[in-house]
Amino acid sequence: MGDLADASLARPAATDASRPDADSAAAQESSSLSVRIKRQVSRDFSLEAAFEAPAGFTMLLGTSGGGKTTLLNCIAGLSRPDSGRITLGPRVMFDSSSRIDVPVAERRLGYLFQNLALFPHMTIEQNVHYGIVKLPAPERRERTMALLESFRIAHLLHSKPSQISGGERQRAALARSLVTDPVLLLLDEPLSALDQATKATILDDLRKWNASHRIPIVYVTHSPAEAFALGEHVVVLESGRIIASGMPQDVLRAPRNETVAQIVGFENVFDAVVSALEEHEGTMLCRLGNDGRELEVPLTRAEVGSHVRIAIRAGDIIIADERPHGLSARNAFEGRVTAIRREGVTVIVTVDSGLPFEVHITPAAAEELHLETGKQVWLVIKTYSCNLVEQTQQARINSKASLESA
Amino acid sequence: MIEWRAIILTFRLAFVVCAVLLVIGTPIATWLAFTRWRWKFLVESIVALPLVLPPTVLGFYVLVALGSNSPIGRWYRNLSGHGLPFTFEGLAIASVIYSLPFVVQPMVAAFSQVDRNLINASAILGASRLRTFFRVVMPLSVGGIITGVVLCFAHTLGEFGVVLMVGGNIPGVTETVSIAIYDNVQALNYAAANRMALLLMIFSFVTLSITYAINRRVWAIWPMHR
Repeated sequence: MGDLADASLARPAATDASRPDADSAAAQESSSLSVRIKRQVSRDFSLEAAFEAPAGFTMLLGTSGGGKTTLLNCIAGLSRPDSGRITLGPRVMFDSSSRIDVPVAERRLGYLFQNLALFPHMTIEQNVHYGIVKLPAPERRERTMALLESFRIAHLLHSKPSQISGGERQRAALARSLVTDPVLLLLDEPLSALDQATKATILDDLRKWNASHRIPIVYVTHSPAEAFALGEHVVVLESGRIIASGMPQDVLRAPRNETVAQIVGFENVFDAVVSALEEHEGTMLCRLGNDGRELEVPLTRAEVGSHVRIAIRAGDIIIADERPHGLSARNAFEGRVTAIRREGVTVIVTVDSGLPFEVHITPAAAEELHLETGKQVWLVIKTYSCNLVEQTQQARINSKASLESA
Repeated sequence: MIEWRAIILTFRLAFVVCAVLLVIGTPIATWLAFTRWRWKFLVESIVALPLVLPPTVLGFYVLVALGSNSPIGRWYRNLSGHGLPFTFEGLAIASVIYSLPFVVQPMVAAFSQVDRNLINASAILGASRLRTFFRVVMPLSVGGIITGVVLCFAHTLGEFGVVLMVGGNIPGVTETVSIAIYDNVQALNYAAANRMALLLMIFSFVTLSITYAINRRVWAIWPMHR
């Protein structure tokens, strides 16, 4: 009897003991991850990156082979940068100049691998306990159950990873990383293998967790949708270099760099020459190609005659079957449908209007317009759907050469 | 009649050799599986040498190395009062060297097949290398470890050349089953040779069958296969 009373008293005491830990986690709220590293990966690929990740989600966006995983591995300590410095608040994790290289096991971070890396020979419970063996058993159980319950997988405690679904495995792996109370969380395309619905609920769980544990979370993805859904910060990595970073809407909605545009999904990218500035209207005219067609785009700091690149999302272009009138849209071009194909619920129409435009419409719209190859149509583009994009150095030289030779 | 003394001695030798190799083979295999040292292939070659050398060559050098003119032999003589050649200990040392690749190679193959991400995940969760080895690498390599031990056991049971070179044929001390068979044949005692040979063959077949059954990846067993 007395034993039982003692045991029930011991539980709150154990929670109290863990409280200083919670306090220090709160103190770490302001500590952000700071990375400045160089690493020669192979003879013709080097990673050179510098960025800050404050508490909250930092989305690391980029094409495959751009160095995202290498960057995460350097932060985790799984591969060693040739030079540079990695700090987390006041904690130095790596510094080549003072020869500091904190071993992986002591960095106290969470890393969710693309293939999850759940231990196949252990149950979910054993997997989740693996990182917290040093805690007293009651606290270990309490923490595990709290997390598994909040992720709705508490009933899978005694299952092996091979016996549960992909979404459940994802949650289990996430729980295993989070249960250790990491000071930094690295996620390498954690949701790439999941269907939309499962993905959405897991993102929701993660967002909820992040609201109560403000630590830096570096989230690698190649999906702009995910970047929009979660990101408080976006870093775009391309060929081992960071080519853009900032708030997601700034980086993604108005891409200022050609590679960012391609990553984010601007299907139409055109070279153009500025032909007139209409400063009082906040617009300017750009000549597309060499047949005199002009496009009205938002005004930027450019001079008449300068070369620009314009990016337009395929979904932002309207197709009309007769010359449009009574619209606010300023740009309308006549063209001919050269190809139609359907991908899921999107109909992808290619229209030749001197230049090839890709347009995405719904199947119903395609049917109503009686779209078929060879049909004459009009394309309508709003001025503000035209994004001016910074060209990469090489592209600028190429486009100049092609415009001049034309 | 069956020479039980030789059979007991042989099994005792096989057990000792397996136990010793489990202790010294595991760290060697772990090191070989995970090191990125550029000269690693030299160590691999040394470990594999007993596979290609004639047992007499190996036995000869072991005999020289353990003999009373070598530093090891002198050190052991000072320690124990007798030399290593033609003793059970000397026989065990020679057998350990001779069976090394049979334990190490299946282990290396098994350790290398463990997903590196699991090892990384273990480190990230704060585990030491030792804990990672015992909790992750070893449980996932059980097949390779069993294979190595069984191969070592069966191989030690059947070895002849090295035993003859280092141990001779002192009954009860160094006369193993294979030597006893040879002696019986020399003495034209074919019936006795046949009984022991049959026993050895049945035993080897049974142990190998059990291993193959446990470890269905048949070709992972052949030590030359990587």
